[in-house]
Amino acid sequence: MNNDEGGPNDPVHNGWNPPSAKLDGLRETLNHLILTSDGRFQLFCGALAFSAVAIFAWVVGYLIEGAFPVLDSMGYKFFTGSTWSFDQGIFGALPFIGGTLYTSAVAMMIAVPISVGIAIFISEIAPKWIGTPLGFLVEMLAAVPSVVFGIWGIFTLRGFMRDQVEPFLQGSLGFLPFFEGRTFGIDKLSAAVILAIMIIPTISAISRDALKAVPTSQKEAALALGATRYEMVGTIALSYARSGIFGAAVLGLGRAVGETMAVTMVIGNVNSFSWSLLDPGQTLSSLIAANWWEAPSGTVQQSALIGVGLVLFVLMLAINVVGRILLSRVTKVGRVRVE
Amino acid sequence: MGESSAKIETRELDAYFGSNKAVKGIDIKVKANHATAIIGPSGCGKSTFIRCLNRMHEVVPGTRVTGEVLLEGEDIYSRGTNPVDVRRRVGMIFQKPNPFPNASIFDNVAYGLRMNGIRDKAFIQEQVERSLKQAALWDEVKDNLDASGVSISGGQQQRLCIARAMAIEPEVLLMDEPCSALDPIATSKIEDLIFDLKNDYTVIIVTHNMQQAARVADWTAFMYLGELIEFNKTKRLFENPEEELTERYITGRFG
Repeated sequence: MNNDEGGPNDPVHNGWNPPSAKLDGLRETLNHLILTSDGRFQLFCGALAFSAVAIFAWVVGYLIEGAFPVLDSMGYKFFTGSTWSFDQGIFGALPFIGGTLYTSAVAMMIAVPISVGIAIFISEIAPKWIGTPLGFLVEMLAAVPSVVFGIWGIFTLRGFMRDQVEPFLQGSLGFLPFFEGRTFGIDKLSAAVILAIMIIPTISAISRDALKAVPTSQKEAALALGATRYEMVGTIALSYARSGIFGAAVLGLGRAVGETMAVTMVIGNVNSFSWSLLDPGQTLSSLIAANWWEAPSGTVQQSALIGVGLVLFVLMLAINVVGRILLSRVTKVGRVRVE
Repeated sequence: MGESSAKIETRELDAYFGSNKAVKGIDIKVKANHATAIIGPSGCGKSTFIRCLNRMHEVVPGTRVTGEVLLEGEDIYSRGTNPVDVRRRVGMIFQKPNPFPNASIFDNVAYGLRMNGIRDKAFIQEQVERSLKQAALWDEVKDNLDASGVSISGGQQQRLCIARAMAIEPEVLLMDEPCSALDPIATSKIEDLIFDLKNDYTVIIVTHNMQQAARVADWTAFMYLGELIEFNKTKRLFENPEEELTERYITGRFG
């Protein structure tokens, strides 16, 4: 712990410190941290802060250690192979990486437009007595536990998808490879729909806050130039709020990629990838959840599942990092043009 | 239009925020192609009043306007009048410069034209140049039209906002304390501009600065506690006011 602020032992009192002076400085720092109440408070808060780092390192360490046997036996094919067989001991995680990215992407296509629409309605159109309860209700969707969405998905959404949505999609867009096969209702499309429902609260709430943060002066400038409310939102408000909306979408994507329980219950748990949304599939997280109890402790099977957890972790890390970089670029573009 | 007819006339104009009446029964006739100043202490309702003249008051939730505002004899609050059409005819400059930061200088000025469905590039180009010249900003930004609307100084930003408002050729220009956020040099540039603009536009300017009113306005209205106390030729109002309240205000014996 380094306390170089305001202590009596600021090491910069003259240009050169003899070693003994350095030791004295260290001793004084330690005395300050241990003996004074202020110092103990700093130490305590620092320890709390670093405990998060420690837990992070612990989890990552466990994942790497646990995944080592499967990485040892499969090599890079663990990431690029598309065969996954518990019995033969072949583990290629590519179908699940694909399944995760695919269902999440479709979920985003459904959720982002709906969420932005909700955000615009609440922040710009609805009177307060409708907007406030509506916003509350949408946020309450986030309070529904994942497993409850899963149950609802199996018993209610599935039938609706199988009997209404999927026949319609096949009838109108069946020539596309995305809508081939039997309509079954337990498939990637149902998983994507559930994911979309689960991330709408996040995306719409943050987008709404971003839109509410658009200065009144900007909105009034547009209105006073004869823009309609619709034109004002489309040209000025969305442009002003775009980095916030983008950030909301990234957060939603992060949640969709990691979501486990509801997806496991409706995706069909088939260990292969196909482009048809009407086929069952598997995501990284649903694979772990669906197979964990069949993989005995200490076996390469268990190691393979831990390895999948590692892949999922890296994927989410990448989404967050890329999202943050893109987000900072979106805001920077605004700033560069300001100069 | 005859010499005596008003460009904008209000009749029994009341404006509310919730149950609070901010503008009380104002009757005024504003002449075309003149500059009219509205002065009065802070909170006297002068900003609210001019926001009623282009239906911007109702943009704030919970507000209400009663009475009539006649623009060339037609009530802008009549049933079936679209506020969007009113705002295209009656432009507005706000207290703080509010150019669009994500748009270039050019796109800022072109915004109103594009919102009016104009797609003719040559015409937009021409109109942007004309407006920027009219706002006395062209020479300063002509080599830099792609820069962001907020990349220029505050005074330039306010002139950009004036150019932006003028690009759609409104008939009336409302200015809500347009110099209050500017330094004296930028202020004097805007005042010169207002002086020129009143030849082609009907200008109504809210100001808390009496010298400014005296410098730029032909007519001056004095408001106090939501009411119009006196409306007269500027010279007359400042030199020989009819109302005692006006006299006390312009001599600074009131606060």
